[in-house]
Amino acid sequence: MNFDDTPQEAEFRAVARKWIAANAPKEFEEELSKSSLGRIRLAKHDMVEVGKAWQKKKAEGGWACLHWPKEYGGRGATPIERVIWQQEEGVYGKLTQPFQIGEGMCGPTVMAWGSEDAKRRYLPKLASGEEIWCQLFSEPSAGSDVAGLRTRAEKKGDNWVVNGQKIWTSGAHYSDYGLLIARTDPNVPKHKGLTMFFLDMKSPGVEVRPIKQANGMQEFNEVYFTDVVIPDSQRLGAVGEGWSVSLTTLMNERMSIGSRLATGVPEMFEFCSNLMLEDGLAIDDPAVRSKLASWAVKASGLKYTSYRAISALSKGERPGPENSIGKLVSGLMLQDIATYAMDLEGAAGSLTGTDEEQANGQFQQMLLSSPSMRIAGGTDEILRNIIAERVLGLPGDIRVDKDVPYNKIPTKGR
Amino acid sequence: MNFDFSDEQKQMRDEARKFLSEQCPPKAVREVLDGKAPYDKALWKGLAEMGFLGVAIPEQFGGAGAGHLELCVIAEEMGRALAPVPFSSTVYLAAEAILIAGSDAQKQKWLPKIASGDAIGTLALFEGKGNPSPKAVKVTANGGVLNGIKKPVADGAIADFAVVAARTGSSGRESDISLFIVDLKAGGVEVKSLTNIDLTRGQAEFTFKDAKAEPLGATGEGWSVITQVLDRAAVLTAFEQVGGADRALEMGRDYALDRIAFGRPIGSFQAVKHMLADMYVSATLARSNCYYGAWALSTNAGELPEAAAAARISATQAFQHCAKNNIQVHGGMGFTWEFDCHMYYRRANAVALGLGSLSYWEDALIDRMRKKNAA
Repeated sequence: MNFDDTPQEAEFRAVARKWIAANAPKEFEEELSKSSLGRIRLAKHDMVEVGKAWQKKKAEGGWACLHWPKEYGGRGATPIERVIWQQEEGVYGKLTQPFQIGEGMCGPTVMAWGSEDAKRRYLPKLASGEEIWCQLFSEPSAGSDVAGLRTRAEKKGDNWVVNGQKIWTSGAHYSDYGLLIARTDPNVPKHKGLTMFFLDMKSPGVEVRPIKQANGMQEFNEVYFTDVVIPDSQRLGAVGEGWSVSLTTLMNERMSIGSRLATGVPEMFEFCSNLMLEDGLAIDDPAVRSKLASWAVKASGLKYTSYRAISALSKGERPGPENSIGKLVSGLMLQDIATYAMDLEGAAGSLTGTDEEQANGQFQQMLLSSPSMRIAGGTDEILRNIIAERVLGLPGDIRVDKDVPYNKIPTKGR
Repeated sequence: MNFDFSDEQKQMRDEARKFLSEQCPPKAVREVLDGKAPYDKALWKGLAEMGFLGVAIPEQFGGAGAGHLELCVIAEEMGRALAPVPFSSTVYLAAEAILIAGSDAQKQKWLPKIASGDAIGTLALFEGKGNPSPKAVKVTANGGVLNGIKKPVADGAIADFAVVAARTGSSGRESDISLFIVDLKAGGVEVKSLTNIDLTRGQAEFTFKDAKAEPLGATGEGWSVITQVLDRAAVLTAFEQVGGADRALEMGRDYALDRIAFGRPIGSFQAVKHMLADMYVSATLARSNCYYGAWALSTNAGELPEAAAAARISATQAFQHCAKNNIQVHGGMGFTWEFDCHMYYRRANAVALGLGSLSYWEDALIDRMRKKNAA
């Protein structure tokens, strides 16, 4: 048992570190280090533009999507090399946020199901950040039950014509391409009538509208499709096979090893170490210490769980299912920590000004944003289902709509 | 990075699991549970023959000289099987105290007997309510004899010797405390069995009346040794707790698959599935914290105090959580004497207290994290 690199890993790390030292945009280092809790903002620069410049530089140096094959814009690196890269990239990794959906979900789906021509045309530009991709799965009436989606695609000659609406699309407003799942046959059970496509987000009939979220921000979008034409050559997988194709995407979504999940624990520890209560520092209060300790062991548990996964990768093994717990644990913890930090501030805990003493409004922001952590990318409840069914082997839910043709499933408004 | 046990260590875990599943089935645990025996003597002998009692004791003192990582994998299996033997008190506490502070002669005298199963040892630290603290130690040591009362003492009624924390000064500092070895068969110690919630592991009260005692380590360094022993035992016990948590989770999972209600396995209801998923999450977090503790223990790293506290807290929470919800998944049957659920519930809640309770370790973790942050 040790934390050391193998000689090959150490060599790879040294090369990566040297390249980053010579090429990283150091002017943003401080600002990026300070932007914690998953919210990244640059005061005087556009996040996407800065991200694109860094991604392009990485691509030129052979460090973009480095686990992809070279012919598609990658480096042909091993999974463990990818993890080492992420560790070395450090705070600059935060700049990759606009590309994560493309790199983590759309790209792998195109890689698995696209034609050779499509792969050579789209993947290198996705890898280099020149073209940004978004994912068009969720709908207003199809969230956790994504296979219940309503957006229609109808065949007209060599093309498909799409009508409908998607929602919760991160980055749709700056994306060039989208991965779209649509219903091509409403007369068969819901999982069997779906087909996967990709499309140019600038196509006529595509309208992107930002969603004003509960925390007051606008990070997600609604995307409307009105008679949008997609060539059949942009279909991924067979007609009716969209559900299987989507599983490639979603499996990649949940492979978050080495990902940078915020837990809120370092911020809370710092906060309690400095907050003066009536009887002294918060961190000297037994009740505070008890809560802090419970959160600290969850955060360290997550950290060492990811180390176990990294160790498996290092040995060339597939990591076990342990890593599926990350978002489930950290989402709820962020929310609890925010609530408790504000409790310690008393009545002033409701103030959100960034000039407020102590925590600069960060816990208030965390409180308002944390509900999304427990919903996006699989709700806490769906994640528990996944653990129960795939890890513990418990039976799936009884699905009353399993064998019913989609257009006969009772829904609100039908 | 290789943050995992080696193939040899995993093989040892498999051997221990196989041995315990044969020699320590629930039926054997119940012999002790039902008061038919104070501990499982045959199992104790068997553990000695397998080399498990002395796995971390150096070869020159009759052990296998393997190491603490090996001891961790065995500890996990002991916890999983609820082995009704004085393993933790003898191996994690008494043997570790002697390894840390003992003279060569003391090591020669006691360690081979521990490894061979011929001596049961324990640590006599507590004196009534409260957590580990030098202030709470009132038993006195004067002129080579001890006087006072210790309770609870784990496995005290079956122990042959005890490492005892006693007061040798009155300055109000930690250096007032020193350690002693007391041969419990040599007279001067009244031993009384105490009832406790875990019927598979005994607790006792010692009354020392001019009991002959031999110093263990230097005078005034007792508390520093106790702290080290508790940290090591915290990691090892955490592995027992993770073993127990995993077994309780498995029992709940198996029952949820087997039990039919409302025309379907209860494991198909989300209320049950989610309860089991949360148990898996607790057990996984605890296991990962334990691995870090194992690394720190085996390398004697400076991180051990923090790692031990984290492993202890996480594993205590996980075992309590899994044992409690295992009963809930079982419904009414889980509350019967006949089903094994309560044995895990009892163990989970007793073992949560033995080295100092959860709040003690939470407090310790925060102190240790602050120390690290300040450094």
